[in-house]
Amino acid sequence: METFLIIVCGVLFGCGTYMLLSRQVLKIIFGAALFTHAAHLLLLAMGGLKKGAPPLLGEEAGAYADPIPQALILTSIVISFALTAFMLVLAYRTYAETGMSDLEQMKGLEYEP
Amino acid sequence: MSPNALILPLLVPLSAGIAMVFARRSRVAQRWIAMAAAALLVFISFRLAEAVYQNGILSLNLGGWPAPFGIVLVADMLSALLVLASSIVLITCLIYAFGALEERHEHHYVYPFLLFLVCGVHGSFLTGDAFNLFVFFEVMLISSYVLLSLGGRRIQLRESIKYVAINMVASPLFVIAIAYLYALTGTLNMAHLAERVAEAGQDGLLTTVSLLFLIVFGIKAALFLFVWLPGSYSAAPAPIAAIFAALLTKVGIYAILRFFTLIFPHEPQVTHTAMIWLGAATMILGALGAVSHWGIRRILAYNVIVSVGFIVFAIGMAGADALAGALYYLLHDMIAKALLFILGGAIIQIAGTDRLRDIAGLIRYRPLLGWLFLLAVLSVAGIPPLSGFVGKFMILEAGVRHGQYAVAAVGLLTSLLVLYSLMKVFVQSFWGETFLTESEAFFTGKGFHAPALILAFLTAAMGLAANGVLPYISAAVDVMANPELYIRAVLGGS
Repeated sequence: METFLIIVCGVLFGCGTYMLLSRQVLKIIFGAALFTHAAHLLLLAMGGLKKGAPPLLGEEAGAYADPIPQALILTSIVISFALTAFMLVLAYRTYAETGMSDLEQMKGLEYEP
Repeated sequence: MSPNALILPLLVPLSAGIAMVFARRSRVAQRWIAMAAAALLVFISFRLAEAVYQNGILSLNLGGWPAPFGIVLVADMLSALLVLASSIVLITCLIYAFGALEERHEHHYVYPFLLFLVCGVHGSFLTGDAFNLFVFFEVMLISSYVLLSLGGRRIQLRESIKYVAINMVASPLFVIAIAYLYALTGTLNMAHLAERVAEAGQDGLLTTVSLLFLIVFGIKAALFLFVWLPGSYSAAPAPIAAIFAALLTKVGIYAILRFFTLIFPHEPQVTHTAMIWLGAATMILGALGAVSHWGIRRILAYNVIVSVGFIVFAIGMAGADALAGALYYLLHDMIAKALLFILGGAIIQIAGTDRLRDIAGLIRYRPLLGWLFLLAVLSVAGIPPLSGFVGKFMILEAGVRHGQYAVAAVGLLTSLLVLYSLMKVFVQSFWGETFLTESEAFFTGKGFHAPALILAFLTAAMGLAANGVLPYISAAVDVMANPELYIRAVLGGS
């Protein structure tokens, strides 16, 4: 199962990197989101997919699942959700303000004091 | 001081920021709350530094969970000194912001986000948990995104997109590095990590992970991968650029310092050699950028990069003498960069332009600004008796002692280029026939006097009274050179 997850991670990382290299702001945002999701899956796989009872709820189970990777992923998902939302608003605002959604076009913007 | 006070450097800015959200309509109330919080922070961090100096490392188990299982906050001398310096930077930049920020900024939560930023910075300095470090990095970064894009000028929006995009790549890399570290060691508490890595030995896998951490922190600290920095720092309004320049890259440097003295000090041939050469390359590229530009904002932003390279070079040498120099220079740089950016912002505001070729003769109506700027330039370039000299001297002396002649020479040469680039700003904007008329000479560029005088006093005092600062530095270096002290303070027992 871990091996399968690692392969999925690799595919996601590849797609994310490909999209990050594009010039369209929207593609960059989705690329970064894919990249983050791949990192979360990797975190899960690296923690080891142990089967067992939920920890802290009882003392009689023979094996317990490891709660730490899940806690980390939950925190990281919240952060990346906020980031993606912020980035989308930023991209929209930039488009409204300049009419551009292509990084190459934005090169020419000059400084206004 | 009880260990519970360790939460205060996080709690005060966070709660003040939340309180200000409700006082959005009143600029006066926002300013008072911000000032009160900043003054309280300075007081608390003075007490904290003194308490750590007297009683040794303080550690607080959050939520009462014992050390390796819960999250801990740890204040050793390194953290305490950095918290103190960032509190001082916060209060001076706030005073400057009162005079220099536009009203629409103040109505759009600029003060709350400045305080949230400082909450993230203090959290990064104080936390004793690797994943918690990531969380506080994000608290700081999200605030910085908002502060950078606030105001919505087109150039700000473009630079924000670049800045957010590069950090959206760096943050998952941080998570990946943490995932590998957890898989290899089974813990994320820094003291516990240090213990386990020391026990099991730092093998090839761990060294690779440590290099991944170096890349992540290097992106945040503008070490070598600094392409995002000059653009974004020159797009932000002056008070915000000042606090960015003084704090943001320093958090990355702190993380490098902490990880490579506490957790990964065992393979210096690989990791520390990489740091030395990355530092040298950063210094050279930064200095070339500073010399080649003719806009004040860009020149100052490239100067931030040069000092990052210099400090990381010192961290890479890893001896106690080099680490002392690195910490001293780090503290100096926080103060001096805030001063330089505040004065640069004042020049731009008075002149109405950032292009050096269009400015001349400001000294006629603004003598104090001119002399303060010269003082800041001399301090950054490392002229005695100012604080930059002491730090540079310590680092270069260590460089010669460790046999790093080539990189030490690079350090000296780039200081010369830094001096040249900043003198160019001074000469171009202050000498010559004034281009201001008498009527327009005194209306603009308010509010820099008080903060600039405080910071100039501090940089002079840190240089003249270096003997008073050095005991604190050596207390911090003592912990960095002997990680057992840190481990014992956090985990207790043997």
